[in-house]
This record gives sequence, C-alpha cells and structure tokens, in this order.
Amino acid sequence: MCDVAGNRNRVFEIFGIPSTALFGQLLIGLINGSFYALLSLGLAVIFGMLNIINFSHGAQYMLGAFVAYLLLQYSGLGYWPALIVAPLIVGITGVIVERLFLQWLYKLDHLYGLLLTFGLALIIEGVARNQFGSAGLPYTLPDSLRGGQNLGFMFLPNYRAWVIVASLTICIGTWFVIERTRLGANLRAATENPTLVRAFGINVPRMITLTYGFGVALAAFAGVMAAPIYNVSPQMGSELIIVVFAVVVIGGMGSILGAIVTGFGLGVIEGLTKVFFPEASNTVIFVIMAIVLLVRPAGLFGRRA
Amino acid sequence: MKRLLGTAALAVVLAAGTAQAQTSVKIGVLSDMSSLYSDIAGPGSVVAAKMAIADFIAKNPGVKVELISGDHQNKADVGSQLANQWYDVDKVDLIIDTPNSGVAFAVSQISATKNKLFIVSGAAASDLTGPKCNANTIHWTYDTWMLANGTGKALVKTGGDTWFFLTADYAFGHSLERDTAAAVEKDGGKVLGKVRHPLNTNDFSSFLLQAQSSKAKIIGLANAGGDTINAIKAGAEFGIVKGGQKFAGLLVFASDVNALGLQTAQGLTLTETWYWDLNDANRAWTKRWQAERGAAGKFPTMVQAGVYSGITHYLKSVVALKSGADGKAVAAKMKEMPTDDPLFGKGTIRADGRKLHPAYLLEVKAPAESKHPGDFYKVRATIPADEAFRPLKEGGCPLVSG
Amino acid sequence: MEQRVADTLAKKPSVLRGHAETIAFMVMVAALIAAPFFTYPLFLMQAMCFALFACAFNLLIGYVGLLSFGHALYFGWASYLSAYSAKAWGFPPELAILTGTATAAICGLLAGSLAIRRQGIYFAMITLALAQMMYFFALQAKFTGGEDGIQAVPRGFLFGLIDLRNEATMYVVVLVIFLAGFLFIYRIIHSPFGEVLKAIRENEQRAISLGYKTDRYKLVAFVLSATLAGAAGATKAIVLQLASLTDVNWPMSGEVVLMTLVGGLGTIFGPVVGSFVILLMQYKLAAVGEWVLVIQGVIFVACVLLFRRGVIGELANKLRIRL
Repeated sequence: MCDVAGNRNRVFEIFGIPSTALFGQLLIGLINGSFYALLSLGLAVIFGMLNIINFSHGAQYMLGAFVAYLLLQYSGLGYWPALIVAPLIVGITGVIVERLFLQWLYKLDHLYGLLLTFGLALIIEGVARNQFGSAGLPYTLPDSLRGGQNLGFMFLPNYRAWVIVASLTICIGTWFVIERTRLGANLRAATENPTLVRAFGINVPRMITLTYGFGVALAAFAGVMAAPIYNVSPQMGSELIIVVFAVVVIGGMGSILGAIVTGFGLGVIEGLTKVFFPEASNTVIFVIMAIVLLVRPAGLFGRRA
Repeated sequence: MKRLLGTAALAVVLAAGTAQAQTSVKIGVLSDMSSLYSDIAGPGSVVAAKMAIADFIAKNPGVKVELISGDHQNKADVGSQLANQWYDVDKVDLIIDTPNSGVAFAVSQISATKNKLFIVSGAAASDLTGPKCNANTIHWTYDTWMLANGTGKALVKTGGDTWFFLTADYAFGHSLERDTAAAVEKDGGKVLGKVRHPLNTNDFSSFLLQAQSSKAKIIGLANAGGDTINAIKAGAEFGIVKGGQKFAGLLVFASDVNALGLQTAQGLTLTETWYWDLNDANRAWTKRWQAERGAAGKFPTMVQAGVYSGITHYLKSVVALKSGADGKAVAAKMKEMPTDDPLFGKGTIRADGRKLHPAYLLEVKAPAESKHPGDFYKVRATIPADEAFRPLKEGGCPLVSG
Repeated sequence: MEQRVADTLAKKPSVLRGHAETIAFMVMVAALIAAPFFTYPLFLMQAMCFALFACAFNLLIGYVGLLSFGHALYFGWASYLSAYSAKAWGFPPELAILTGTATAAICGLLAGSLAIRRQGIYFAMITLALAQMMYFFALQAKFTGGEDGIQAVPRGFLFGLIDLRNEATMYVVVLVIFLAGFLFIYRIIHSPFGEVLKAIRENEQRAISLGYKTDRYKLVAFVLSATLAGAAGATKAIVLQLASLTDVNWPMSGEVVLMTLVGGLGTIFGPVVGSFVILLMQYKLAAVGEWVLVIQGVIFVACVLLFRRGVIGELANKLRIRL
C-alpha cells in the first residue's frame, strides 16, 4: 500500500494534475487493449471450434499489415479498402492452411496443432524477412484520420479514437453473432457435439474451415489497424503473441466475452503501469497471469475443465 | 569429415593468378544475414567486401584474396563457434563486420587469443575500444559514444538545450542515455527528465505524453530499431513535432528512416559517419553497390561502407607487411599507416583501435524537400574527426594506460 | 531374415529391449569418443550440451506428456549464473556449474508449481509466458550485461587441479556430464516413479483414481527436467565461455522442441540425434543464412504432419525395438 502512495507522488510530479492525467492514460490503455482484445478474441474463436491454439496468430497479424502495405504499393489501394481486403486475403490463406494442414490433426493430441502452427509462424516470418528485410516498411496514417482532438486532459489523435471504436464494434459484433444468432448457435452446438450437428445436415468440416479463416482474418484486421501506428516489420507479431497468450490464460478461453473484457482490461492495467512503474510494463501481464493462476487456476472467465 | 562443418561454402576467389611468391589472405564477413540487423549489414556487407577486394586487386594484381561469409544469427555462441572454426580450420586471417555487440565481444576475444585480426563495422558498443579493447581489434565505423556525443553536442549548439530521454531499459539504452546526457550537460544543456521503457515496446503514447508535458525541446531516443520506429510513429500521431519538439535518434540507420517514411520521420535528427548522397564519390559507389546487390531501391548504410573502407586499408597494410598471418602485426601496421579511401576520405587509427573520421549531424527532410529516392537527409553540421570520438584517455583501454 | 529378427524382438520385448538400448548406448558412447578426432571438438561439446537439454525437455513431453514451451528459462538462467559465478565470484568450474544448475532447479520449482495448475495447451502457454517474463528480467538485470552478455568467462581448473583450457580435458568433462545426465534420465524413466509418470501421460484421471497425487509427480518431473536443462546450460556457459540473451529467449525454447521432435518424442536417443541434426543444420546453413528460419519452420510442419515419431521413433518402429 505504501508503494501505491509513493507512486501517486510521482504522478503529481509528472503531470501536475493527477486525476485528469490518469484519465488520459486510461484511455491510452484502452487503445492498447483493443489490440489484445482483437487478437485474443480470434484465438478464442479458433480454439472454441478447432481445439487448436493458433501459434501463427502473431504471424498472421503481421501478414495483415504487410498485405496492407503491398496493396498500397502495387495496386494503390489505401487504408480503407485495405481494412477489408487485407483480412479477406489473409483469411483465405487461413482457409488454405486449414485444408492443407490443420484438418489432419484434429484426431491427435492438441499439442500437435500448437507445434504445427508454430512452424507455420516461423515460415511466414522467415519469408517476410527474406522478401522485405527486417527493418520494417513505411505505412502512414490515412489522411482522413490525421490530427486529433484536444480533450482538455489530453490530445487524442483521431486515429486512436478510431481504433477503439472499430475494435469495439468488431468485438461486440463477433460476440453477438456467436452468442445470439442461429449461425452462432450452430457453431456452438458443433463444438459440443459435432456428430449430432452433422446429423442435422450441417456441413461441420466446412464450418470449421470458415471459423479458422474468420479467426485469422480478425488477426489480419488487427494488423492493418496497427500498420499506421506501429512498426510494420516481420517480427511485429512474434513478441505480441506471447503477451496475448498470457491474456488468454488470464481470461480463460471458455467465453468470447471473457476474451474481450480481459483484453481491454489488461490493456488498461498495462497502460497504468507505464505511468507508475514503466520498467515493469512489459512484465506486468505475466505477473498478473501468475497471480490469477494461484487464485483462480481456471482463469477469470474460464470453466474448470 | 572436416568439411562437414565447413560453413564457409560461399568461398569466392577473387584473385589474379601470378605464380610467384604472392601475398595471400582470407577474409571472412561474419554478419547477421537473416534477422534484425540483416538490413544494416548482412548481404549488403558481403557485396561491399567483394567490391573492396575487386578494387584493390585491380591495382595490386600480386595479391590473392579469398572471401567467405557466414551468418551469426545474432547468437553469440553461433558467432564464436564460426569464428573459432574460421580461424582454426578455414585459415581465415581477418573477420569483419559483426553487428550485435554480444557477438562482437566474443569474436574480439577469440581474435586476440588466436592472434588474428578483427575489424568491427556493425557493432556499436564503445567498450570495444574501452575497457575491453585488445591489440587485435579495430573498431571502424561508429560507436555509441560517438553517436551520443555527436548528436547531443551538436543539438545543444544549435539551440536544442533542454532534453527528455526515452530510454530502452537495458545496458545499451542506459549507456546511450548516460553518454548523451553528459554531452548535453557539458555544453550547458539541461536534462528535464527521462522515462525507461522496456525493450520491444509497441505503444509509446504513454511515454510520449510524459515527454510532451516536460516541455523539453529535444526528445532523445536512447533506443534502437523497432523501438525507435514505434516511438517516432506515435510521435507523429500525437503531433510532437508539430508542437515544436524534436526527436533526436541516438542509433538510427538509413534503413530505419526508410521504414518510417519521410512523412513520419521528418525533422528527426541523427548522427552518421557516412551517407550515400553526401558527395559524388559516395553516389558513384552506391550505384555500383546497388548493381552488385541487385537491389535498385536499397541504399547502403554506413556499416556497409565501413566494411569496404576497412578491407581496403587492411589490404594495404597486408601488402606493406607482405603477410597477413600475424594479426597483431597487421593491426600495428594499420595503426601506423594513415587511412585513405574514396568513402571515408583520409583518417587515422588510434592506439586503442578506434578509427577516426568525421561524423555528420543529419536531419531527415520533409517529403517535399526530397528530390529523388533515398534523398533522406540534409547535413546540419560536420563534426571533425578529432572531436567525433571519445578522447583516448577517457576510454580506459589497457593498451593505452598500460 | 531381418523380419524374423524383428519378430523375435517383438515377442520377447523385456529381454531384448534392454539389449537394443545397450547396443545403441555403446554405439553412442563410442561415436562420441571417436568424434573429436574427426570433427571440431567445440562443436561436439556444444552439441552434447544441447543434447542433454533436449533429453531433459523430452523427460517432460515424452514421458509425462507435458509440453513446456519455456525451457529456455532454465537453460538460459543456469548459463547466466554459471558464467557470472565463474567470472565475478571466481568459482571453480564444478561449483559454477552447480550454481547454475541449482538456479534452474529453483526456477523450475517456482514456474512448475504455477504451470501444473493447468493442463495441455494452457500448460504450454503458461510456461512460454513465464519464460518470456524471465527473459525480460534477464534483459534488464545489470549482471547479465544486456545485449553484450557475459563474455570471457574463465574455464578455470576443475577441482582446483585440472586445467580446462585444454580442449581435450574440457571434452572429457562435458562427455562425462552428458552421459551422467543421460543415464540419470534413463534411470528415472525406468524407475517406479517413471512408470507413474507414464501412467499420467496415458490417462491422468485413471492415475488419480488409483490414488496417485499426480500433481506432485508432475511437479517433481518438472523440477528434474528444469534442473537437467540447467546443468546443460551451465556447462555450455563454461565451454563457450559466454552467456547471452539468446539462451533465455523464446526461439531457444522453440529450438529444443524442434530438436526433440526431429529425433522423436518419448524416445531415449531421439533428442540426442535430433539436437545433433539441428545444430549441424544451423552451421551448415550459416552460409545461406537467410533461409534458416523458413527451413526450421518447414521441418516443424513436416515432422508434425509426416514423421510424428521422429528419426529414432521411426527407426525403432521399423526394427520393432525400443530406443
């Protein structure tokens, strides 16, 4: 407790007025959380249906950003079309991956899925490095989202505001489809009992393939969103994915909503750590994971298997 | 069976075959071919080495030079393994380049034990000519002290006298920050604050808000690679440069500027010892390099130019000695002879192994000012060779004090 | 003829199984004694360290069915502590290696007691996340030297007497450590304790209902695995005279998985063969460096899809013996 008080003094020093500054940092945390939420949502959707942890999720996130860059370079498609086209393209590659590789693994131990997608991640990252080098590619902000709003307590760039809105929309939309529509009901039923669902005349393998494609497209969407503000480089996904794994462990992959809430929540916590104790801001999520494992091994939203 | 481990597959013999007692040496370019530093060094360094050898042999047909190259994958153990093997099995006389200071320290030590020669072009750590210097290592292109001091000093002189640091929280970042802060304060500047961020931070907005509210004129980026790029990208978004503050990159390469794009990077100040568009000689060399490399859109970095320059001077010394076998003797000869090549001009090598040449304070142009591809910088100041690098007595190199 | 031999082997597994393993072991020892005369000893020493590392990892994945994706933690931290204690505190090599190994054991106990709270895929993700956390600590800690690593570690004198700067003596020491670790793992696997581990691998619920406290068994296995991985890392630091970030970073965790997978999960000799194969490949590829990552990825995919048993596993299956 003593520590918290000490930290508060630091905020005074840095910002002068702590409450408003804190509010600014909360908002920034929410933006970061958007990426965690999008990525862990994709992982959760894939896991729910395929029972596979998609290690290449980070690589596919990177692929999204790269495709956006290539679209701009070679066909002149800007940010807005890329936001739809890039996830579509990456999603299709996901469908191919599922048909070519993953479908052979469903009867085996789940760990083989992890190993296979890890290998895929290495391949994707390696190819990107060979083709584009490691330094990164330029991708600038779309003109329509340049500038920002002065909110009084902070300067909020328009692009960041857009990131929150877009990812919240996607997250809630996905949650709605899966939890509240007939399609989602079929999906959930297929997860519980594929044989029975097949008996109803639903093409379960195709459903699985499309689910994987969708999960991968979510990662690519996050990648396109990241392109204007983060370094577009082959290694952009590999570090991030480990953090997202921790997020998923904390939330538990049992529920879609859980993945979303944990993603945003941890973004905020990480954002606050950057103010109070910046040195620990990249380990804080792992520490929280350890604590959650001690207190609630199944994760915050998980069901005990 | 011995060749089983022969990593030196890419053996290129660039030689003139006079039968008479000719001098013969073997050079190994040990670089990062596949990961983080493959753009600033890597295959481009091999191309530069080939050019240096070809140019030299054109003038000195009696010398036989072999070139091999290898990938240390940024792993100190792979690097030291390769170095050992090159020296022992493949009879390499000189290892050059080696970005990544961890690998460079390992190779430097091996070169001393086996009395071979090591020219560092890619690694930045100034300790290579400081406490960890040895008589078999020459540090060619740049180092952290020079970057920190050059940028710090020159900016204070031109009015950037209040600083805020964004520092990568590990040994490398700390030493960049410390050296820069010292240079800034020595010339009457002030450090208003700093924040230490972890390596590979994606989102810098929180740190930038702190930098913004410090009202410092200069935001010093004591980090590298992806971190620097992410910080500058976020800075463009948050209107840092528009608000009147400036970024100073303490370890930024042309490839990073390329990754940012001029739109985002404009106004960024940095120091380099070589820039391809600086003069006609550099431009001509760059054209050749691009043709050899098969990449018209890529531009050579100072590290790659350093490889060319280093090999050129090395071969001159070998010819003067008529042998490249004794690493210490070649190093001594290299220090004795003044350097002169088309890229770095005239210069010298100090007793501690530090190569001296001028450095340039550069500012990234706005997109409108850029006339052609690769037209990244305008030169803000030239730092003369005797001021650019750490004074000999401050380094703590045992070769000097002892 | 061969077929008949294989058939008899299959009929009398208990007698002949032991023979196949003994013969293979003899071959391995002979090869390792002869090898330094033909190839570069430093490479072999490094390969043996990785082989022990992979064997330790295999103890978990192959015999308990736990995939740890964070074994670099124990390997790397042991190598840091071993290097640091030898360099800064002047420890003799045997003590330095012990210090490193003990560090790995403690890390293994802490990380293991967290990780075994979840099964399967979660276990893999937790171990990976914890290892990543410790990577950041290693990066930020002063004593590790950040990107520069700990360099110029003295090899010192074993028991104050034997000069390890001599490559031949160093080789013998590494060989002894490797063989000791290897036999220790063999012993664990074939002990009653090992039988329980295998029972957990096959069906944890059944093991629980038989009255075994499976969590405790898993934890002990985890700590043993971490400790042996640590011994490998600590030895490597002395051999190569350096400790660096590479050894604690996540690609290293991936590499040890790859080595074991290539050699054969759950085979005793697989990890040894796998690590030699992968290391050899890395050095072979040093000249064409740009494609290392891709090739590793392709091997991963190929192994999972086509050779799940790995080199040794396939061989053993063909000959119907256990290796």
